[in-house]
Amino acid sequence: MSFATHSVTTSVTRSMARSLGAGEATRLLLYRNFLAYRRAWWIFLTGFLEPVFYLFSIGVGVGQLVSGFEFNGEVIGYASFVAPGMLAASAMNGTVLDATMNFFFKLKYNKLYDQMLATPLTTSDVARGELAWSLLRGGIYSTAFLLVMVAMGLVHSWWAVLVVPASLLIGLAFGGIGMALTTWMRSWQDFEFVTLATLPMFLFSATFFPVTAYPGALRWVVEVTPLYRGVVLCRELTTGMVSWASGASLLYLVALGAVGLYICRRRLDRLLLT
Amino acid sequence: MEAKLGESMIRAVGLRKRFGDFEAVRGIDVDVRRGESFGFLGPNGAGKSSTMRMVAAVSPVTEGELRILGMDPATDGPAIRARIGVCPQDDTVDTELSVRENLYIYGRYFGLPRKEVRARVDELLEFVQLTEKANAVVDDLSGGMKRRLTIARSLVNRPEILLLDEPTTGLDPQARHVVWERLFALKQQGVTLVLTTHYMDEAEQLTDRLVVMDKGLIVAEGSPLSLIAEHSTREVAELRFPVPPEGGSHAPMAAQVEDLADRVEVLPDRLLLYTDDGEECVAKVHERGLEPAATLVRRSSLEDVFLRLTGRTLVD
Repeated sequence: MSFATHSVTTSVTRSMARSLGAGEATRLLLYRNFLAYRRAWWIFLTGFLEPVFYLFSIGVGVGQLVSGFEFNGEVIGYASFVAPGMLAASAMNGTVLDATMNFFFKLKYNKLYDQMLATPLTTSDVARGELAWSLLRGGIYSTAFLLVMVAMGLVHSWWAVLVVPASLLIGLAFGGIGMALTTWMRSWQDFEFVTLATLPMFLFSATFFPVTAYPGALRWVVEVTPLYRGVVLCRELTTGMVSWASGASLLYLVALGAVGLYICRRRLDRLLLT
Repeated sequence: MEAKLGESMIRAVGLRKRFGDFEAVRGIDVDVRRGESFGFLGPNGAGKSSTMRMVAAVSPVTEGELRILGMDPATDGPAIRARIGVCPQDDTVDTELSVRENLYIYGRYFGLPRKEVRARVDELLEFVQLTEKANAVVDDLSGGMKRRLTIARSLVNRPEILLLDEPTTGLDPQARHVVWERLFALKQQGVTLVLTTHYMDEAEQLTDRLVVMDKGLIVAEGSPLSLIAEHSTREVAELRFPVPPEGGSHAPMAAQVEDLADRVEVLPDRLLLYTDDGEECVAKVHERGLEPAATLVRRSSLEDVFLRLTGRTLVD
């Protein structure tokens, strides 16, 4: 063994190590997650399939029994009504999976962020990078879903191209809030609360029937949920009936994401830099 | 090399760390020089790990002054971390990646170019003898292998200071020696090593200078030899005797051998004779007609120094 003969460290050549820029750090976190997922790519599929199954079962199946709904003053077919809702839901699903359960695993079990913080990376890099990854996953789901919609003839406007960036905004909101809340989670049982929040949103955010079905106060509650804002945004884009409501939805989702990201970064400081 | 030998790498003055009401580090002064190998010794809860975390620029200083490579961790955290290596106590490796991927991505976190990291990873795998395990999933590694991977990872950025928190705790003797060997090689190459340990033999093997910490304070400082010379003896001869009946003691026996050692300690089942030559001491005990059930000559350990420092030993 001749390890002492070749210099493995430092004294001779000064290291080229340095602090990273924000974009660079984000790309590295994405690459790390890509490496980790390469071994379990099929996990990627399950989150995507759920809304697709709903589209077939409810949108197409139940749709046989429903004539259609009025949306922004025009009547559209039931499948065309449900599909953008499912697209928004798939963006939510894709993002929430990584932003809650997987984020928790890396934070508490893999101790991944403790490892990263021993390098020039910062808690801002961690929060931003992981949020970008959840966004990416949500974005991939909704892009695939959009292709399914195109194939089924459920897309009625070129505006639909903007559904992909719109779904990234849905991801931003759910990812930011999801990660922020996950920093308070103590055990896996606490993730029941995530289901408790996302399942009603999935069912009641004007995904399967119009928001006009609700009485006044309840309707107001539904309208402030982030998924409802996402559903309306996607529906306006795939049907081509874009209104000012889209602008409001857009600002609302960005604001939620920014607040979530800020809280998440602050919480990581408290938890990891003790 | 732009830096001069003997330049201050870590300097702490009146360093304190509080967690709520609990004060883990209660005002310590430390100065570690370039190329030096420095140890923090102490029992669990002495404040070693808290000190190491502050030095690693991941734990804010509560009070006092701390400079790492001349920089303030409060403002230059990333720049400091770029130039140090950290080998934490529990082997926190990325369990979702392979051995090679672990090293590669970690090197990239330091902003090193791809090509440079790839070459570096091969070199480090060789250095810690994990080349054959390069593509293994981290979970399949033994404890010793994981520790070596952690050490390799901490070297990926060619650190000027390497921080090791209990580098051999929980390892079997073989693995322990491999780790020591590697760390010694690094020391030879001029890396400034800073380590915490429970083990006096480890400190003797690896450190030039060390401090003993207890309850957040430094209670002794010096080279391993000078500490033993000052607070214990080189060796300890243990003479085992049957446990005496209720109310009895080995104290009368101790009186017979008192002059053979610097200090004699009486325990229920044995006498400890602190001496610089254990074998000779045991021979003399036999010459005096004492027949211990068993004898053991060992080197002084941290416990010996420690019991002494905390004043719980018998008077010599």
